[in-house]
Amino acid sequence: MRSALYRLGVGTCLALLVCAAHAKLNVVATLPDFGSIAQDIGGDQVKVTSIARGTEDPHFVDAKPSYIRVLNQADVLIEGGADLEVGWLPPLVNSARNAKILAEAPGHVVLSHRVALLEVPMGQVDRSMGDVHPFGNPHYWLDPFNGRIIAETLAERFSQLDPPNAAVYAANLKEFDKRLDRKMEDWTKLLEPYRGTKVVTYHKSYEYFLARFGLSLAGTVEPKPGVEPSPSYINGLIPRAKEAKVRLVLIEPFRARKTPAYVADAAGATLLVLPQSVGGNEKVKDYIGLIDYDVAQIAAALKESK
Amino acid sequence: MRAGPFWAWAATVCLCTGLAQAQETNETEKLKQQLEETQRRFEQQQREMRESFERLMREQQSQIDALKKRLETHSTNAPPAEESARATPSQTPASAPVERPWSPTEPIRIGTAQAYMGISFDSLFAVGGMSKPNEVQLYEPGGHDPNRNGFTVQNLETVFDGKVDPYFRAQANIVLQLTPDSETTIEVEEAWLETMSLPWNLQFKAGQYLTQFGRLNTQHPHTWDFVDEPLVNARFLGPDGLRNPGIQLSWLIPTPFYSELFFSVQNSAGETAYSFDDTHGGDFFLGRQDAATGGIDSMSDLLYSARYTASFDLSDENTVLLGGSGAFGPNSSGADMRTRIYGVDLFYKWKSRNQSVGFPFITWQSEWMYRRYQAGAFQFDGDGDGIPDISLPAETLCDWGFYTQGSYGFTPRWVVSLRGDYLNGGMGAAVPTVDNDRQWRISPALTWYPSEFSKIRIQYNYDRFETLGPAWGIWMQLEFLLGSHAAHRF
Repeated sequence: MRSALYRLGVGTCLALLVCAAHAKLNVVATLPDFGSIAQDIGGDQVKVTSIARGTEDPHFVDAKPSYIRVLNQADVLIEGGADLEVGWLPPLVNSARNAKILAEAPGHVVLSHRVALLEVPMGQVDRSMGDVHPFGNPHYWLDPFNGRIIAETLAERFSQLDPPNAAVYAANLKEFDKRLDRKMEDWTKLLEPYRGTKVVTYHKSYEYFLARFGLSLAGTVEPKPGVEPSPSYINGLIPRAKEAKVRLVLIEPFRARKTPAYVADAAGATLLVLPQSVGGNEKVKDYIGLIDYDVAQIAAALKESK
Repeated sequence: MRAGPFWAWAATVCLCTGLAQAQETNETEKLKQQLEETQRRFEQQQREMRESFERLMREQQSQIDALKKRLETHSTNAPPAEESARATPSQTPASAPVERPWSPTEPIRIGTAQAYMGISFDSLFAVGGMSKPNEVQLYEPGGHDPNRNGFTVQNLETVFDGKVDPYFRAQANIVLQLTPDSETTIEVEEAWLETMSLPWNLQFKAGQYLTQFGRLNTQHPHTWDFVDEPLVNARFLGPDGLRNPGIQLSWLIPTPFYSELFFSVQNSAGETAYSFDDTHGGDFFLGRQDAATGGIDSMSDLLYSARYTASFDLSDENTVLLGGSGAFGPNSSGADMRTRIYGVDLFYKWKSRNQSVGFPFITWQSEWMYRRYQAGAFQFDGDGDGIPDISLPAETLCDWGFYTQGSYGFTPRWVVSLRGDYLNGGMGAAVPTVDNDRQWRISPALTWYPSEFSKIRIQYNYDRFETLGPAWGIWMQLEFLLGSHAAHRF
């Protein structure tokens, strides 16, 4: 009896070990964009959960308790960093009791560490400037080159955490880069005629995208990051936008339409709701699809308004 | 670096040539050719090295120039220059951000690196008045509630938080307040450390901390949806909340949904264990004075509490958090007299999947508590004539109360809220007193958050005390928050 129990125990342990060896990497990404790239790189070897939805403001996601449980079981946590998730991620990680995803653990990936961030404030940071991030603008994933850096970082980290599948991750990265390069050519070609076009955005969410494709920012609907516009500010913005010949007003899907629509109308520009994240609308299903959609939207809007 | 072996080799060649003078000229010629060949190769290598070094220098210089350019565009706040897009298409990962030395003018917490400390200072002020100016503190029993008509400094809270080392995280909340007589008081609200990676989903917390009882008790006043504390919290858990030094163990249960179990052992004495072994400064509490039962003689003289909480995402946008709590400990009304408090709480939140700066949202939060207070026999001879003026039997006082509140963040930065409070009063109390009186209150409020770091709130209260009668009050509240304040739990 005893030896039967013993055998059963050993058998179960072995079965669990085998299962563990074959288990997929449990990957949790803060944003669906990082989740999408993680899926591209990880393929069948990973199970990806994204916390924030593409339709919502990534700075103000709720730290829902269900995510504590999700993070408790994670092998990898991918965060954007640069204070993007500072308002909601730390309490989740603190409650998760998971040594694998604590700061500095190999399972905790902070993507911004490898990206050259724009708008890093050089002087004193002061909240009278609004929500200025002391590390720089954290909305960097809309630049496909940064998407590439994200993919490289993830492939490297996945290989480190799951060495038997390193070759798979390397191959997936190669495939991802190839697809991105091919697309990059199309995107550059599509937006080449509009190089230098002036745009107004609501928040500084599109800085990296604009810089990559040669569009230029002529102002923002909010006077400072995270600060609601006052009527007098808007009345000042409109003539400036007109003078700069602004042709597009870009807003994220979650912004109220009224004020930006008014600005666009008064300045003779087109209002464009441009997803900043995967899942921002039902047509945007993955990372490359996101850039593809945004580029196509801008090209179409500019072509039409010519 | 390659020069060393070369010269050694060359010297050997020369030596050989010298020794072999007598040899045939064609051999000398051959050696000469070899020497020339080697010298040529060496020079080429040197040239290549110099070239690659110069190339590297040029690249670095161009990177520095690009960065300088970017800096210039930022300092003038101009839109990014068109060429910046072309100047940075380096496809390799950029190097890590430049480490800058910290200067005292910058925020303390730079980065999420361990061992840094977040420091923040939060201030809550209230102004207003109520229809019974001499009884403000009876109608507003919370320790951070407005305490007089006119201005009140509700809470000046300094928070320190951060990682201690790879094992612990810690937080301290030091509170300054002004009494109605403008005397400054200081309070160690919390000072605790917490483990970060214990096995089996366990977490230890030790120090001075707010007891996990219900929802509001562990939250600091600046996160509340109203100017004042719910009546049931003030009456059962105490004006300053239930908190004391102790140790807490919690277990994140491996269920498919979030659920967590907390156990805590704390001291049961003092004004922050209000319904327990608090002497109430010699004042009457539930008709009695402190029976001076002394200190901790056994394990049963400590305050024990437990809580279970679970959360479910009903849909993408709807979340509920449920909890049940119990606190058990001795009280000060006599030897072996004990108090038990039970509570259930519910928090529901709807938040739009298209939220912008966290709006719109709807929350509903309710807590119901039941208190069972064993009160010892008590006699009081006020005039010293040997005949007790007050004579109370040993009895068990049971009462309950609840609050229920809803908030609607209808447009970014604006929240409208409504709260109802009810306390049923001391059932079976031999002598009804103010602290076990039946009481209810209704409070609408409107809050505007100019940013996440400030708020302005206006609240109306309509109160009814069974013995003291009705009263009303209007309060305004102002908050500001400086520094880096850790994010709050759901």
